[in-house]
Amino acid sequence: MSAVAAAPARRSLDRDAWIARVAIAALAIALIVTVALPLYAMLSRGLESKSGAFVGFANYVAYFTTPGVGRAVVNSLVIALASTVVTVSVAFAFAYGLTRSHMPCKGVLKAVALAPLLAPSLLPGIALVYLFGKQGILKSLMFGQDIYGPIGILLGEVFYCFPAAILILSTALSLSDQRLHDAAVSLGASRWRIFRTVTLPGARYGLISACFVVFTLAITDFGVPKVIGGWYDVLAIDVYKQVVGQQDFQKGAVVSALLLLPAALAFTADFFVRRRQVALLSARSVAFRPRPERVRDGLLFIFCAAVALAILTVLLTAAGASFVKFWPYNLDLWLGHYDFNNKDGGGWRAYYNSVEMALWTATCGTAVVFLGAYLSEKSNLFAAGRATIRFLAMIPMAVPGLVLGLAYIFFFNDPANPLNVLYRTMAILVISTIVHFYTVAHLTAVTALKQMDPEFEAAGASLGVPWYTTFRRVTVPVAMPAVLDISIYLFVSAMTTVSAVVFLYAPSTALASIAVLNMDDAGDIAPAAAMAMMIVYTSGAVRLLHWLATRGLARRSQAWRGR
Amino acid sequence: MWAIKCNKMLAVVFAAVFLIGGAGLAFAQAKTKVNVYTALEADQIKAYKDAFEKAYPDVEMAITRDSTGIITAKLLAEKNNPQADIVWGVAATSLLVLDAEGMLEPYAPKGLDAVKPFFRDSRNPPHWVGMDVWAATLCFNTIEAEKKNIPKPESWADLAKPIYKGQIVMPNPASSGTGFLDVSSWLQMMGNEKGWAFMDALHQNIGVYTHSGSKPCNLAASGEYVVGISFEYRASANKVKGAPIDLIFPKEGLGYDMEATAIIKGAKNMDGAKKLADWSVTKEANGLYARNFAVVALPGVGKPLEFVPADFEKRLVKNDFAWAAANREKILAEWNKRYNAKSEPKS
Repeated sequence: MSAVAAAPARRSLDRDAWIARVAIAALAIALIVTVALPLYAMLSRGLESKSGAFVGFANYVAYFTTPGVGRAVVNSLVIALASTVVTVSVAFAFAYGLTRSHMPCKGVLKAVALAPLLAPSLLPGIALVYLFGKQGILKSLMFGQDIYGPIGILLGEVFYCFPAAILILSTALSLSDQRLHDAAVSLGASRWRIFRTVTLPGARYGLISACFVVFTLAITDFGVPKVIGGWYDVLAIDVYKQVVGQQDFQKGAVVSALLLLPAALAFTADFFVRRRQVALLSARSVAFRPRPERVRDGLLFIFCAAVALAILTVLLTAAGASFVKFWPYNLDLWLGHYDFNNKDGGGWRAYYNSVEMALWTATCGTAVVFLGAYLSEKSNLFAAGRATIRFLAMIPMAVPGLVLGLAYIFFFNDPANPLNVLYRTMAILVISTIVHFYTVAHLTAVTALKQMDPEFEAAGASLGVPWYTTFRRVTVPVAMPAVLDISIYLFVSAMTTVSAVVFLYAPSTALASIAVLNMDDAGDIAPAAAMAMMIVYTSGAVRLLHWLATRGLARRSQAWRGR
Repeated sequence: MWAIKCNKMLAVVFAAVFLIGGAGLAFAQAKTKVNVYTALEADQIKAYKDAFEKAYPDVEMAITRDSTGIITAKLLAEKNNPQADIVWGVAATSLLVLDAEGMLEPYAPKGLDAVKPFFRDSRNPPHWVGMDVWAATLCFNTIEAEKKNIPKPESWADLAKPIYKGQIVMPNPASSGTGFLDVSSWLQMMGNEKGWAFMDALHQNIGVYTHSGSKPCNLAASGEYVVGISFEYRASANKVKGAPIDLIFPKEGLGYDMEATAIIKGAKNMDGAKKLADWSVTKEANGLYARNFAVVALPGVGKPLEFVPADFEKRLVKNDFAWAAANREKILAEWNKRYNAKSEPKS
């Protein structure tokens, strides 16, 4: 009797395990096809001549002997280092204010600090032209210096990289043990000494992480230097010049490999640093609670408010500029700049394409990322496949968007590749965007899943419930906040990204962020500002919806957390 | 039962990952699409496209637009696997470069006989047919000039004077067709040596070399620079919009190039390409071109542009297209060697 009953149960367990194995294999293959193979195609192309013969490092030699290349390398490093120092210092003080003080309006300040996430990196460049260009509102503040060049790039990069630094640093600073502070105070340590010996060491991993992330963002971004770089050559611009301007894909591959280097180094270093970060908070820790202190709180508030004001100024300048009829000679309000259909870049169609692309990216991306994270964390089958997923999921973080886009051209535009049908479609934009932002989404999912007790799976399995039922009925609902976080992250990133997709769009799949780029190229800077603001409004509105949804959801699905 | 449903769900998720591409393809079925590569101005294309698609409702234009240099580089790069069916509104000097590579399909559009001989390749059937002529024009910002006490230039030679230091913008000839016609006409007008000497001097005064041929005029119109070396359509359009600029036609004469049409050999939609080539020589099309350019392919259709003098055609200098095309690569290499450091990205 029992044997009879056991047989179908065993069969179905077997079958469930096979479904899991197939799912793991499918995902591993998908990641190999969309991450590993394109990168391989790109790196190997750098070693080939135009006709496809193997030439070793001849392209590299040719590239390095071109006049002006050394300058681009140096310029890139200078800009990236300067952006890192400025961004991380300002962000540290800002995050300190958010986490370690009693200053007012913290919520609003944090929201403003994160607002640059909603805009493509071209937007700060455009706004800076209106602020500090030759007809700029605040031109006198430049003291005769030209905004087109290193100063402009630096300011733009600080705006663009600021939210990333804030996110890392405020997390790092919010974890601190009250007992350490109490001990320091009772030992009579001065405030400066406490800062040096307690605060800074506690946040050092966050600081290092923030430095690496900002450095990578700044050295690989091309939106800001594209708009406001003037004659100041940087590597990211050079990739674009070689590929789009001269259609020299081999040389593009060479510069991409160079660009991959610092990003990969920074990423590897960061990875090891994070590994060494042991738990600062033990079970006996007491969470740090800042006490009110008038002077400190006041000063921090003034500082943070000034920074927030600067960020708002950039956004409002772009918003305002899009309504001015003919800056600086005719200041009438005008909606004509929003008539994108007579401009470069694909018109309103490009905007709708962007929204469509962002929706696909958010839905498909979240499903794939979350399921992938679940299988790689919670399953114990097919270890090799899970290791592949875990490894490949981390790679995109180290790959600059431009490099990914170029790699996709090499891989998908090969007529011998059966996936060639995807080239010049919406699908390739969606896939490249999911891959581009895969790592952060994956880590978010993994973190959420790690918080969940493995007992869920064990209990499900012992009850004979297939894993996918446990996944659907327990895991997904419990991890809903993380799922929503991932989808909103993917949506906003897809709306604002320029770098990977700039090599991959076709006329019928032009995107809003690329339209901004093309309109600026043609000198239509006000319409470019208008389109950039359409992106900001859209991602802002979706963020707001997300915020409302999570609040409602938190009340229902997360009721268990409150017990 | 849940298990079955979930299997289906999973299947859908995975199918979606691999097959979203199918959706993209499905959209494209209804009309035949003709892949058009063009360097026409974005604010001109819509009217042309609407008119063409009205005349040929079964054909839809899929337009890839960029500056002349980019479009030319793209076509050359795709030589072995052409994506374009037809090149439409691209500089004749660029089409000659493509023709030398054997990339153009000879075709005599219906109604070719009416086209002025100057506006077509002399072979029969022609490899390319012209549409209109565009020419060098300066945009001079009078307000900023007055503020900075900068005199109005009358000639190309004036632009090389030190008083204009940092005040002039011009398009990069490698990416912009307008930039190339400037450089090629200076070399033809002044001769090789004097031409480069003039550009060396001019280079001292250039604020930035732009990617697009319109941008110098737009920058002058918005007061970022005082003088923009651009072309008459953009200059006239900006002045109509109320920009405080004067249009200046340097007295030595104006370099020009011709926007032209050519079918790409091996076009996947040869039928659609021929329809566009036919339409491009019609009176209707020429009437639309004439809204933007004073000199067009059909006789009696062109009319003067606002703020552009009636004798515009007479001010054009001689341009040897064959010479310009044959020397294009050499000129651009020399130019890059000398001046590239000041160039805006994407060149």
